[in-house]
Amino acid sequence: MSVDAADPAAQVPDAAGHFGRFGGRFVPEALVAALDELDAAYRKAMTDEAFRAEFDGLLRGYAGTPSLLYPATRLSARAGARILLKREDLNHTGAHKVRNVLGQALLTKRMGKTRVIAETGAGQHGVATATAAALFDLECVVYMGEVDTQRQALNVARMRMLGATVVPVTTGSRTLKDAMNEAMRDWVANVDTTHYLIGTAAGPHPFPELVRDFVRGIGEEARQQCLDLTGALPDAVAACVGGGSNALGIFHAFVPDTGVRLYGFEAGGEGVATGRHAASITGGSAGVLHGTRTYVLQDEDGQTIESHSISAGLDYPGVGPEHAWLHDQGRATYLPVDDDEAMAAFELLCRTEGIIPAIESSHALAGALKIAPQLAAELGREPVIVVNLSGRGDKDVHTAGQYFGILDKE
Amino acid sequence: MSRIGVAFDKARADGRAVLVGCMPAGFPTVEGSIAAMKAMVEAGVDVIEVEIPYSDPVMDGPVIQRASDLALAGGVRTADTLRIIEAVAATGAQVVTMTYWNPIEQYGVDAFARDLAAAGGTGLITPDLIPEEAGEWLAASDAYGLDRTFLVSPSSTDARLKMTVEHCRGFVYATALMGVTGARSQTSAAAPILVSRLREVTDLPVGVGLGVGTGAQAGTVAGYADGVIVGSALIRCLLDAQDQATGLAALRALSAELAEGVRNPAR
Repeated sequence: MSVDAADPAAQVPDAAGHFGRFGGRFVPEALVAALDELDAAYRKAMTDEAFRAEFDGLLRGYAGTPSLLYPATRLSARAGARILLKREDLNHTGAHKVRNVLGQALLTKRMGKTRVIAETGAGQHGVATATAAALFDLECVVYMGEVDTQRQALNVARMRMLGATVVPVTTGSRTLKDAMNEAMRDWVANVDTTHYLIGTAAGPHPFPELVRDFVRGIGEEARQQCLDLTGALPDAVAACVGGGSNALGIFHAFVPDTGVRLYGFEAGGEGVATGRHAASITGGSAGVLHGTRTYVLQDEDGQTIESHSISAGLDYPGVGPEHAWLHDQGRATYLPVDDDEAMAAFELLCRTEGIIPAIESSHALAGALKIAPQLAAELGREPVIVVNLSGRGDKDVHTAGQYFGILDKE
Repeated sequence: MSRIGVAFDKARADGRAVLVGCMPAGFPTVEGSIAAMKAMVEAGVDVIEVEIPYSDPVMDGPVIQRASDLALAGGVRTADTLRIIEAVAATGAQVVTMTYWNPIEQYGVDAFARDLAAAGGTGLITPDLIPEEAGEWLAASDAYGLDRTFLVSPSSTDARLKMTVEHCRGFVYATALMGVTGARSQTSAAAPILVSRLREVTDLPVGVGLGVGTGAQAGTVAGYADGVIVGSALIRCLLDAQDQATGLAALRALSAELAEGVRNPAR
């Protein structure tokens, strides 16, 4: 990968994984050797033609990328903006996450490890990890909060069909953050044989950088596709932000293009003012969680506060450290989108384009609809907005059905 | 100069190891934890390790997690921990504080160091802070004369062992097992190897933790280490008990057994 001196994002993180005051490694010493091993394997792989070729081959031949950049004409007419959807929902396993798991599974093989563990909230990363584990013949254990195993029973079954062991986590709040704690504990105990396949661009160095690099193809593709389609770069790029891997994936290639506005939409839950949300940047403060310094939902004593969102995939009280840095730099703008706004956008996309989006991605759509009028006013013309449609909504049909009250009585 | 070194010097003069007993602050209540820690001191525990309860303790097994959750559910605050440390230090026992990093960062690193020193605490054990990230703590602990205990692990390279002990003051904490806290039926074979690797690079006392639960195990560890660190087994005495009196009686009995163990090192 080329390093562009004019690209501020190419200069972070530093060698120890710091994005300005964020990032780093806040981990038990027992994990340092494994993180160093991973870091070395990753740096070697990134400059190894054979690794690049194998990874690219899998992305094209297995995952189905490059994903389309689709001009959503009927939605655009409603939005007052030309909206281009980056169709990551069409990838194998139904989301951008397959890019990251294929990259990390290849690294796992290279490190000679035979077992992968993962945390999952909605189950999407767990399914993607179980998929890669099946493909690469790796043992796979997925930690999932007990509350989430009940909310997402279908994905539990999918993981089991793929040969993974799903461990319901009964500690703490029994959701994603506790699943992550339990995965870290497993890793400390089994680090010789096991790779912790983290599902987002968070956690200790080198994970935020490594995950970003495995998903940055999203933005590289979208940038070229937009040039091909419109003859110019977009006015704005929009993505949802939980841990933030899909957003970094689509932002990264655009960071040097200072004329392109970057918008990250966090899960506003029931509204940031209610305290029941998952908007770590908008509604949190700087702290340390899960091995990295970033924005965290926490109380005065630094105890993590439980997050809330209708979207299980955004329901996390932290965010990747590179987003914290992009926020502090002013390069990207982070705004909350609440549950109702996201669900309205979900319904609108279903009805105007015949696409059922993930509720996560619906936050990005809703955000794009929100910023379109002011962007149009500022530019004096119809803006072009690329929206990362990071996942498909099949997994959310039950939640959405309940929300809209369209399920038959059971 | 080390504050906690006094305890190690005294034990060394007696030809035995130091017994370090861990208890989360505010478990089962603030007053209950003070009573438990005082009972441990009376029964022969040399150093009380007061753990600041944290919502996401990735280095801890189920027993400490449960006790920490109960303490947090009871509303314990970081400031309460300082009050507990002060009360226990007043008995003459040495008190060291174990904490995940975020509570300290939110309190303010310098402010916490100042208040910890004022409360009579000796220093911090930091399970998720490695020396590379510890700049602020290195400065604050120097400013207030506090000890710094970083962890080392069987997976640490020789270079990291050397670097880590250079940043420690007081004692170094050797995690005997690859895994989280919790009593095991057998102590680790990796521990003596790790301790002898440490002896190559430091004269600091070495405390060994993770897995010790009986007097015999304490004796085994005392055979090669300067300090025996026990947590989960002691905490379980309180978790399993029907009422406070029964719990404290079990806690005293196990503390005494462990104290006897460190006085009979297996050589």
